[in-house]
Amino acid sequence: MPWRFLGRRLQQAVPVLLIVAVGVFFLLEIAEGDAVDAYLAATGAGDAGLAAQLREQYGLTDTLATRFLTYATRLATLDLGHSVAFDRPVLEVIATRLPVTLMLMGSAILVSGALGVILGGLAGWRRGGPADLTITVTALILNAMPGFWLGLLAIILFAVKLRWLPLGGIGSIGADLSGLAAVLDTVRHLLLPVGTLALTYLALYVRLMRAAMIEAADSGWTLAARARGLPERGIVLRHMARPALLPVVTMLGLQAGAMLGGSVVIETVFAIPGLGRLSFEAVTQRDLPLLAGILLAGTLVVVVVNILIDLLYRRLDPRVGDGVRATERRP
Amino acid sequence: MTGLMRATGVVGAAILLALLALALAADQIAPGDPLRMVGRPLLAPFADARFPLGTDQLGRDIWAGLVHGARVSLTVGAVAAAAAICVGILVGTLAGFLGGLADDVLMRVTEAVQTIPTFLLALALVSVLGASAVNVVIAIALSSWPPTARLVRAEVLRVRTLDYVDAARVAGRAPLAIAFLEVLPGALQPVVALIGITVGEAILVESALAFLGLSDPNLQSWGAMIANGRATLRVAPWLVILPGIAIALAVLSVSLTGDSLAARLGARRRA
Repeated sequence: MPWRFLGRRLQQAVPVLLIVAVGVFFLLEIAEGDAVDAYLAATGAGDAGLAAQLREQYGLTDTLATRFLTYATRLATLDLGHSVAFDRPVLEVIATRLPVTLMLMGSAILVSGALGVILGGLAGWRRGGPADLTITVTALILNAMPGFWLGLLAIILFAVKLRWLPLGGIGSIGADLSGLAAVLDTVRHLLLPVGTLALTYLALYVRLMRAAMIEAADSGWTLAARARGLPERGIVLRHMARPALLPVVTMLGLQAGAMLGGSVVIETVFAIPGLGRLSFEAVTQRDLPLLAGILLAGTLVVVVVNILIDLLYRRLDPRVGDGVRATERRP
Repeated sequence: MTGLMRATGVVGAAILLALLALALAADQIAPGDPLRMVGRPLLAPFADARFPLGTDQLGRDIWAGLVHGARVSLTVGAVAAAAAICVGILVGTLAGFLGGLADDVLMRVTEAVQTIPTFLLALALVSVLGASAVNVVIAIALSSWPPTARLVRAEVLRVRTLDYVDAARVAGRAPLAIAFLEVLPGALQPVVALIGITVGEAILVESALAFLGLSDPNLQSWGAMIANGRATLRVAPWLVILPGIAIALAVLSVSLTGDSLAARLGARRRA
């Protein structure tokens, strides 16, 4: 394990997380109405006295500096506050929803990365041919489609017309499955959302892989490999595709945030109880502490995914030494 | 530039112009409020000449909704993207030109904004500021400026070492004047490549926000039409399909036009 590299990367992540934490504080400050207003509106009961008492209790009557201090100390002890809508600690609510989103996001990153490499590699290898044209045009069109619409189209086709796959959710209700059957049931439910999320972000990887393949095809080392009379298969895989993978891997990390953002609408469309749908629920119920917690948790997820991707990059590119960040090597 | 590239550029520009024409002439093509009930509910497309694309469950004209929605989507997309690019240019120029501590601070902030999932940030901003067209623009602009800032900073770092910038310095011009009047114009060209992507992304974010119910309730928008169509997905799928095609066409035309514009400028530069 490259511990020094990990240490450096964590060090880089600290200022980012601090800035986001401060930003989230000010976001909450500019909000009209506060948690007490939302709470009273939700419960439909209470008077001015109760409101004042709750504000005192939540520390909402203090000065800006004191409020910030309270916020910072609570955050330092991982206390994200109390969710108004769920009447439970925010951290608890997020923790129950996060695993589903990680599964959705992780699978979508893998699927779109793999598909992008295969299709982009094929397009770049057969540059100018019918395969290249088909793949490039398809990627362009997919890129222009909103994710939630693609998801609804998938539902219309596969769940309503063909009835092959379930409409939504992450498991058959009341089916009481175990073992392999339970896993298969989850896979069946995640097929459409993962596919939709992966396809919406596919275009970027196809483009990158195609361009990098073409660049590698024109490179000196590929020419040298040809001159040595190596078989075409080996040249395409080892001399063209392997170096072309690197920018795609970097982009997978950079796009982690976009994927997480995209999962908001995808989870809403497919009724998946994850972090994305939770953020929608937080917005519709004006649960600001929960929304703030989701922003912080989402940022943390992106940071962690980026570090994992950088570790993967180091394994793929032997040239990267200690302390060099993959994302900085390639602008 | 290849022939295919030129062809797609022309197609993109043609679709974009058609959409712009529809948006501008929305009041003439489909007079009246598109949110008004005008016919029998759930008419299928092509069934009634008065409502060429049918009606929704409240008897609202789909064609009128699409035409008026074009206005909202294209305006919000263009204005939000323009604002995002302006913020990005400002931050990138200051960071690249000032260097040192200012550069460090600005770049850490850029990195932080880029790390927060863009759509989550836009969603949080709209929900905090309130759902109106202006706030949607602000939210998209504040969440999507980092790529421009990074690109501009890199270019400014390159350009500021050029001789003519030194000449301006020797001539005694004020530093900020040098940054924005001498360095920035030389650093702008690669930004053109980002315009198409940024506008397309802004249209997509606007439609997703509207889909989640975070758009101006008094204006018909494509995303809101799709959200409305979800309720009748089984019996009237066209209520979902048609507005989606409009969004995809808008984003596609913008990105094709942007790509070909960038390629054209790039080619002229190299020539």
